[in-house]
Amino acid sequence: METRKSSEKFVVPIGPQHPALKEPGHFEFTVDGEIVTGASVRLGYVHRGIEKGAEDRTWTQNIYLLERICGICSHVHATAYVLGVEKLAGVSAPPRAQAIRTVTAELERIHSHLLWLGVAAHEGGFDTLFMYSWRDRETVMDLLELISGNRVHYSTNVLGGVKYDLDTEKMDAIRRGLDFLEERTHHYMKVVTTDETFLARTRGVGLMTREQAEALGAVGPTARASSVRRDIRIDAPYAAYPDFPVKLITDDGGDLLARFVVRLKELFESYRVIRAILDQMPEGELTTRVPRRIPAGEVISRVEAPRGELFYYIKSNGGEKPERIKVRTPSLCNWGTVVSVAVGHKLADMPMLLAGIDPCFSCNDRMVRINRGQGAQFWSWENLRQYGIEYYR
Amino acid sequence: MTNLKLDSNWQRILDKIRTWARVNSPWAIHFNSGSCNGCDIEILATLTPRYDVERFGIKLQGSPRHADVLICTGPVTLQARDRLIRIYEQMPEPKFVIAVGSCGLSGGVFHGCYNVVGSIDEVLPVNVYIPGCPPRPEAIIYGVVQLLNSLKSGVSKVGTVAELVEKQEA
Repeated sequence: METRKSSEKFVVPIGPQHPALKEPGHFEFTVDGEIVTGASVRLGYVHRGIEKGAEDRTWTQNIYLLERICGICSHVHATAYVLGVEKLAGVSAPPRAQAIRTVTAELERIHSHLLWLGVAAHEGGFDTLFMYSWRDRETVMDLLELISGNRVHYSTNVLGGVKYDLDTEKMDAIRRGLDFLEERTHHYMKVVTTDETFLARTRGVGLMTREQAEALGAVGPTARASSVRRDIRIDAPYAAYPDFPVKLITDDGGDLLARFVVRLKELFESYRVIRAILDQMPEGELTTRVPRRIPAGEVISRVEAPRGELFYYIKSNGGEKPERIKVRTPSLCNWGTVVSVAVGHKLADMPMLLAGIDPCFSCNDRMVRINRGQGAQFWSWENLRQYGIEYYR
Repeated sequence: MTNLKLDSNWQRILDKIRTWARVNSPWAIHFNSGSCNGCDIEILATLTPRYDVERFGIKLQGSPRHADVLICTGPVTLQARDRLIRIYEQMPEPKFVIAVGSCGLSGGVFHGCYNVVGSIDEVLPVNVYIPGCPPRPEAIIYGVVQLLNSLKSGVSKVGTVAELVEKQEA
């Protein structure tokens, strides 16, 4: 049999519309037979210009705009923004508000991890697990709806506090929901770690050492599955995490199996933290007064999103609107790991590898323009619009 | 086969059967043209056990060439616009578009952002609008049922083979 010359490259394009992921992203895999020899990704299909849009809206309006950066982790976006603005204004939300924020954030983490478990299993061809985990996810969706009235985009945060209170009835409903989910998560843990056909797709696939993970700047569960000890909830506790500490979960496997195990173990940790907060819910007010004009200054705000570290930079010039908001989302940090780890794997493993970092395109489509040595440059609204139109022509 | 004329009685009966089949088993394709993901996960939730639209014969399909209905979410961004039109053109006739979510209807919170073209109906002809941010799965199912009802009752025209051929020749 004649071997193919290495100069003859065969490129498999995938996307932006593809059945694997529900969001648009374009991938090109160079393959030699069935083995991937190179990978590249093109993003930006969901770039909307939110950062610039935020400069045109008031501090309060921005909560709702920034929540809609991502539909899966909307609460953490709002939390990061609200915590930053509160720091700028020199106020801090009452303890009860911080506790409710944390409960919502952990419920959101549960919903996000269960969603991911289903999608990742679906990519591996294990649709039964997909259906089961999404059925159980409806339990936590019901809880979020019970608290806030909406299944997605809960809008729990306001500047200086939260909108919704938790009474005993709601707390009991949450406890009951968590009991059911905990039992189910034990079952999933068993399935993921013992099912032979599934292990064949995950064990040893997408191996990433700790050095690689650190060099590529991985964050969140993807990094923790390669035994990188990094979690903002522990390194720089915010909201109610100083009073209700979370245990750091790592795994030294570094493969896809480790990413499953880390996320499932994090679910147990979330159940524990929510129960602890509900048992010792601080009494008091829900909101504190925040001025309409935020004092001039700049601040960074970091929170742990379900996918990793979420970073906000907020600058105020003392007006009713922010001067600049910069968002750095975890999905974008993790792309580097996929593109470099993909090489050497079979093409059939690509969907699972992609899903392994829990990618969220709506989070990561930011615009960055590197300006080398030409000094500062300001983009007006019109400049950006024109640049966008020219760019896609 | 003696009578192959497009306006023959046989063809008319075949057209009726086609419409009947389509209404009972619409295949959908989903495209996110700039949405925040909220509508996408709710569309996916309609396929999973609690809502389970597959029992009505609705199936989410990977390829636009197999699909009857394009379920579209989000405001249309500049980069996704060409792709959205291309996907729509790849779909065989007759085809229908469902716009899901406030952003798809009007641009929503992203209205006026520099990289956003606007609502989906600025780019494609839309048959059904489902409002909400995001709409609940029940609302999405209701929207699909509205489309199917309008096909069944003849409000939305499916088009006969004769008309399609005429359209293509024109």
